Parts: sequence; structure tokens; C-alpha cells
Amino acid sequence: MEPLTSKKKVLEQKPLTFAERMYLPAIAKGLTVTFSHLFKKEATIRYPEQEREFSTNFRGMHSLKRDEEGKERCTACGLCALSCPAEAITMIAAERKPEEKDLYREEKYASVYEINMLRCIFCGLCEEACPKEAIYLDGPIVPADYLRKDFIYGKDKLVEQPLNNKQ
Amino acid sequence: MDIAFVIEKFVLVTIIFAISLLIAMYSTYAERKVAAFLQDRLGPDRAGPFGILQPLADGVKMFMKEEIIPSNANKWLFMVGPGLAMLTACIGTAVIPWGSAITIGDRVIPLQVTDINVGILYIFGVVSLGVYGVMIGGWASNNKYSLLSAIRAASQNISYEIAMGLSIIALLLVTNSMSLKEIVEQQHGWHWNVLYQPLGFLIFMICAFAETNRAPFDLPECETELIGGYHTEYSSMKLGFYLFAEYINMFVSSAVMATLYFGGYNYPGMDWVLVHTGPVIGPLIGTLVFFIKIFAFIFFFMWVRWTIPRFRYDQLMHLGWKGLIPLAIANIIVTGIVIAIIEKF
Repeated sequence: MEPLTSKKKVLEQKPLTFAERMYLPAIAKGLTVTFSHLFKKEATIRYPEQEREFSTNFRGMHSLKRDEEGKERCTACGLCALSCPAEAITMIAAERKPEEKDLYREEKYASVYEINMLRCIFCGLCEEACPKEAIYLDGPIVPADYLRKDFIYGKDKLVEQPLNNKQ
Repeated sequence: MDIAFVIEKFVLVTIIFAISLLIAMYSTYAERKVAAFLQDRLGPDRAGPFGILQPLADGVKMFMKEEIIPSNANKWLFMVGPGLAMLTACIGTAVIPWGSAITIGDRVIPLQVTDINVGILYIFGVVSLGVYGVMIGGWASNNKYSLLSAIRAASQNISYEIAMGLSIIALLLVTNSMSLKEIVEQQHGWHWNVLYQPLGFLIFMICAFAETNRAPFDLPECETELIGGYHTEYSSMKLGFYLFAEYINMFVSSAVMATLYFGGYNYPGMDWVLVHTGPVIGPLIGTLVFFIKIFAFIFFFMWVRWTIPRFRYDQLMHLGWKGLIPLAIANIIVTGIVIAIIEKF
């Protein structure tokens, strides 16, 4: 059969010379190669004292954002829960009372907003679906824990951006 | 035989035993560190500063694990196997000259437990007994794969013992004595035996690699091919004994190689040092130099492990019987001819 490309490498099967059959020169060469690795920089990252940098598109923990006046953007529309392929988001909507005008942007807000971090696959579809630009996946990697129930992150605990000095 | 003699031998034996266990323990640490640095990574460095306490952690782990004995295993032999491996590893240190004699007051204390006049033969016998530990371990496990692996290990050991013995014969032609102390004393200054017997040293070193089941000859215990080999069924401290005996064997082999071929406790310039540092410090400096040589050999063992791929079983047998034995015999013949010619003139 004809070869498919014009790049063909012809291997010469010469019998081994005496030096090659002894393997000692080859072993010595291998030993110098290995020895040179003693003086190279190690590639180890000493976690948790050192951490590797993430790329700009890395999707970490969720955070619900606030606007410039410090009011929560999330209006509990449910589009993120609808788009979540793992059904990790649940929420309960509530009506804003007149005295809470500074806390929430619109009249509907999420009184309970829970993400089950064990179900979440960090795909970012909730971030793409949100019409209010409320949820972003820009946090660090979710830390480990012992109990399953501790992985359901509620609104006040961990899913919220900390208040800036306006509040 | 006065009481001071007994005490001095007892203290020497205890010190040597403790030092060999300590060195074997830190060989495990050094193995992991050297392996890591050769592979562009850091080794264990969490247990204590720079991971110094890692061998202690490993020892505690070995003690704390559950002791499992297979139900149809031969209980007595199962327990004797690791014990025998450890015993033959440790008694090899008894005839090695660790230094020239130190003089305290008016007593001259030789730094060697016994100076029998068949020292090399003793070492050789102990190495041969070491095969029993492996074979008993494989047989007593009641596991046909362990048995196969133990048989392979035993056949490897006995094949390379022969070449080792033959290379020692060539050395005996040069030194005219089997006592290790006399061999070391003939290598005063820098007249090390490796200059007179380079090929013999090479053969001996390759056989030492094979005898300690180390580096390219570690087929009996490589995990990729035979799971655990002859120590698959062992757990907790019995396994710890097998693994530890391997490191003690490595230490004793390095000590024997340094003694026979690299001058033991001799070094160039030792006369000046002995005159200027007195009868106690001078020999101890020789002992220090000896330990430096041993550590260099141990580093070489570890260095080779991560450089050369493992031998296949038939390649191993081919090298032992068809490669090294003819080479060692040729070495004896050439050495004999050269000595006869030199003596004529």
C-alpha cells in the first residue's frame, strides 16, 4: 500500500555496538540527566500557604450582588432556579414592606434563597440567566465541610456580598 | 575475659544497633526526599520542620494498623518470616570495622564488634540466610501469587550471590586475607581497592543492587507487577519489619562496599589528622569519613532507582548467569595473571 504522506521516517536497525550493549555509557548519561533535576526549581505549590492563580473566567462560589446604593438586586424571579441543570437553587419570594425600601431594589425580593453546593455543578447558567445581574460566580473554591446539611448555603450566611460602608 | 571487656562490647553492640536502626529509619525519609527532588517536587515536609519527624509518623502508623493474619496461613512461619529478615539484616553489622581503635586511658577499644578472620565469608553467609526471610514470607502467606513472587525473589537472590562471591575471590587474591579489618588496614591513605579491582567493584555493586531487591532489580516487590509480592498479606508491624529490613540491608551493603573497595575509614591525609587530634578524636574522624562514604552509597542506591527502568525476569536471569558470572571469572583470571607477573619481578 502506498504511504499516505510524503513524510516518511526510515529507521535504521543497526546492531548495537559494544559500548551500547554494555549499557554503562547510557546509564551514566541517564544518571547525569536525573542528577541535573536536583538543581532545578520544584514545581510544587505549597497549599494552603501558596495558591495557584485562577483564570479570569473561573467560576467559583456564588455571590448575590448589591447595586450602588447598597440595595439587593435579586428580585426572586426564579430564572436562575429554572435554568439550573442540577436544580440546586430554591427560593421563597416576599413582598417588600415600606420600611425596607433601602434594603431591596424592587417590590419583590427573596426572603429565603438557598443554593445546595453539593448539587451545584458551577456551570454559570444562573449567572447567564439573571436579568438583574444579581448573581455572579466570582468567589473562591467552596471550602470542605463535614455534614451534608452544612453545604446548603443560605442567604445571610454565605451567598451575600458583604455590606459596603453605605449600610 | 574481664568485666570491662564485656561492658565495652555490650555498649558497642548497642550503639551500632541503635545507629543502624536510626540510619535505616532516616533512609526512608531520605528516600522520599531524594526521590522528590529528582522528580522536581518537594518530599514530605509537613511532619515537623522539613518533614524530619516523618519516619516517626510512619512508625506510629505501622504500629497502629490492624494486624491481619490469613486464616489458612501457617501462623508460626507467618510470624517468623519478617523476624528472620530483620535478624539477618541486623547481624551483618557485627563484623564491619567502623573505625580504627580508640584509646581511652590505657584501654585500647577496637571499633568493631568482632574481628573474625573469615569476615567476608560471614557477610556472605548472612546475605545467603536473608533469602530465607523472603521465602518463608511467601510460603506462609497461603497465597499462590505471593509464593510465585517469593520464588522469583529467591531465585534472583541466589543467582546474584554467585557473581558476588566470584568478585570477592578476585579481591582476596589482592588482599590475601578474609578478615575485614586487615582489608581495611591495607587500604591506608588513598590505596583504595577500587583502584586495583575496578571491574570487581562494578560486579559487586550490581550484585549488591540485586541482593537488596533494589533499583532496577526490584521485581519481587514492585507494586505495579505483583501488587505486593511476597509481603502482600502482611500488615502492621510485620510489613514494617520487611520494609525496614530492606533499608537495613541497604545500609549494610553500602557499609560492606565502602569497607571492601573504598577504604573503610581511610582517607587521604589521615596520618596528619591522627597525629594532630589525639587518640580519641582521630579514629572518630575516620568513622565520620566512613559514614560519609556510606551515605554517598545510599544516595547512589536512591539515585539509580529513579533513573533505570526495571529488569524483566528473563533479562535479570540472563544478566546474572550469562553476563556477570563469566565476567567475574574473567576478572579472577586476569587478576591472577597480573599478580603472578608482578610477583615474578
